[in-house]
Amino acid sequence: MANDPAPPPAERTDSSPWNWLLLVPIVIPLLTFLFDEREPRLAGFPRFYWLQLAYVALGVVCTAIVYRMTRRRR
Amino acid sequence: MTEINWTELVVLTVLFVIVAGLGFVAANWRRPTTMQHLDEWGLGGRSFGGWVTWFLIGGDLYTAYTFVAVPALLFAVGGYGFFAMPYTVITYPIVFLALIRLWSVSHRHGFVTPADFVRARFGSPTLALVVAITGILATMPYIALQLIGIESVLKVIGLTGDSFVAKHLPLIVAFGILAAYTYQSGLRAPALIAFVKDTLIYVVILVAVLYIPHELGGWGAVFDAADHKFTAAKRGSLLIAPGSELQYVTLALGSALALFLYPHSITGVLASKNRDIIKRNMAALPAYSVLLGLIALLGYMAIAAADRGVAPLVTDGKADPNTIVPMLFHRLFPSWFAGIAFAAIGIGALVPAAIMSIAAANLFTRNIFVEFIARDANHAVQARVSKIVSLLVKFGALLVILLIDPQFSIDLQLIGGVMILQTLPAVALGLFTRWFHRVGLIAGWCAGMVAGLWMLYTIPNPATNHLHFGGSAFKLATLGLSTQLSIYVGFLALAVNLIVGIAGTLIARAVDSPEGVDATKRADYFADEGDPKVQ
Repeated sequence: MANDPAPPPAERTDSSPWNWLLLVPIVIPLLTFLFDEREPRLAGFPRFYWLQLAYVALGVVCTAIVYRMTRRRR
Repeated sequence: MTEINWTELVVLTVLFVIVAGLGFVAANWRRPTTMQHLDEWGLGGRSFGGWVTWFLIGGDLYTAYTFVAVPALLFAVGGYGFFAMPYTVITYPIVFLALIRLWSVSHRHGFVTPADFVRARFGSPTLALVVAITGILATMPYIALQLIGIESVLKVIGLTGDSFVAKHLPLIVAFGILAAYTYQSGLRAPALIAFVKDTLIYVVILVAVLYIPHELGGWGAVFDAADHKFTAAKRGSLLIAPGSELQYVTLALGSALALFLYPHSITGVLASKNRDIIKRNMAALPAYSVLLGLIALLGYMAIAAADRGVAPLVTDGKADPNTIVPMLFHRLFPSWFAGIAFAAIGIGALVPAAIMSIAAANLFTRNIFVEFIARDANHAVQARVSKIVSLLVKFGALLVILLIDPQFSIDLQLIGGVMILQTLPAVALGLFTRWFHRVGLIAGWCAGMVAGLWMLYTIPNPATNHLHFGGSAFKLATLGLSTQLSIYVGFLALAVNLIVGIAGTLIARAVDSPEGVDATKRADYFADEGDPKVQ
């Protein structure tokens, strides 16, 4: 590590209030009482299955929002 | 089933040959000035954009074994197997902030492996060695499992001979070709092949989930058939079995934490071009989770299709549950389409197997060979060592599958998941804080490993006649707690690891044990494409 060029500006940071949104798709899919049931069924799928599949959309939406709000300005 | 289905075999072979050709051509894709550098061979030039990264990481994480084993689990026990859903949903938001830091610090310092980072962060080659060995041990059985994915397909096609050679020749040939193009093209090969693999998988699964339930009387009928089977057999349940809720949640959480600690996942992340591509992929990769969820339900379709002759294939008197998905395709699809589906599974095994062998080889080269054997090895030598080790790794995995009971690999992979989780304090927490002392981290790792292995040892599995290493659900009653609940072993082992790690750090500080130099600076964790690198 002999040659150490100027590091990136020190004031850069990843912190943003939007990051808290990431907690939503981490916590909700782990709450078994929300989905560990048969009824109501949706298109033949018991709740256990359709709701856990729907959590993918929750994850995508929350993560995409955080990405859009925190990406590098061009 | 001694008859070979020639249509299936021909379609599979043709697609396999096309993919093998792609693998060799990949060396010239985004042609590097030199392949004699780990950044090129092992990380594809660190230059992959959004789409390539999406296909590469998707093809890397959602492996062929996952595609046969998860439905097999639902087929056998029901809703419990669906933990793969929350697991692959929560993992991306969990690692979102960690991965961009890892990418930045690796970009600035030229790290190739997670152990490279640990070495620089904590100034400890020993801790790096521990992380590297854990990574290699956890990855090896994973590679072997990909072979089980291929074998399940070959069995259903009817490619099973009586002699040892006839039985295993197709697998040996397939793996030989894989080894050859990985040797030549490095990470570019699986990156290019992933396009084909994932397109095939998406097509096959979309057709399967539209066509098969329609044939079987609708989704409602599929779930009812599964429900009926579990109730009648008094084994398994459409939901989570009572007492298993904590296990379900901790298994999903523990697996989610472990996923991006695997060296092959990190290889895919470090190969991307900048931070935004990683962030974007954290939002886009769950598309594969939908796919996985639908694939999981193939297990129930197999139950509903029992009257069409769908059942696990029996060889040598043992039913092989991993053949259930290939059997479903074999019985319900026309042969030509079943051939395409089999190719999707077979090729699906090649992509992760290639990336895993590259990741394991890089760990050996950087954190064992250069660190302890040849300090002055230049880039060309490092690339050559990695290429050779990638061959050895694959050869070893092949031998394990051919010579030892495949169940051994499944057990090892279970242990591997618990082991890789023990690198979390050094690798993941290390990205955010330098509070831990290297001595504390090593002590925590030892404690976590011992606790994890002991717990796994105590778990029997009556279904496979195992007294030990029969699963990952540890009954809390074993510890004298008066409860029916069980918990994921890795989760409890990680807790032990953290407690010992914290205590060890406090003690090491109290006795003034040398800290080790942190070669990274705060700003390194936010560097992006275009920022200067430390030479």
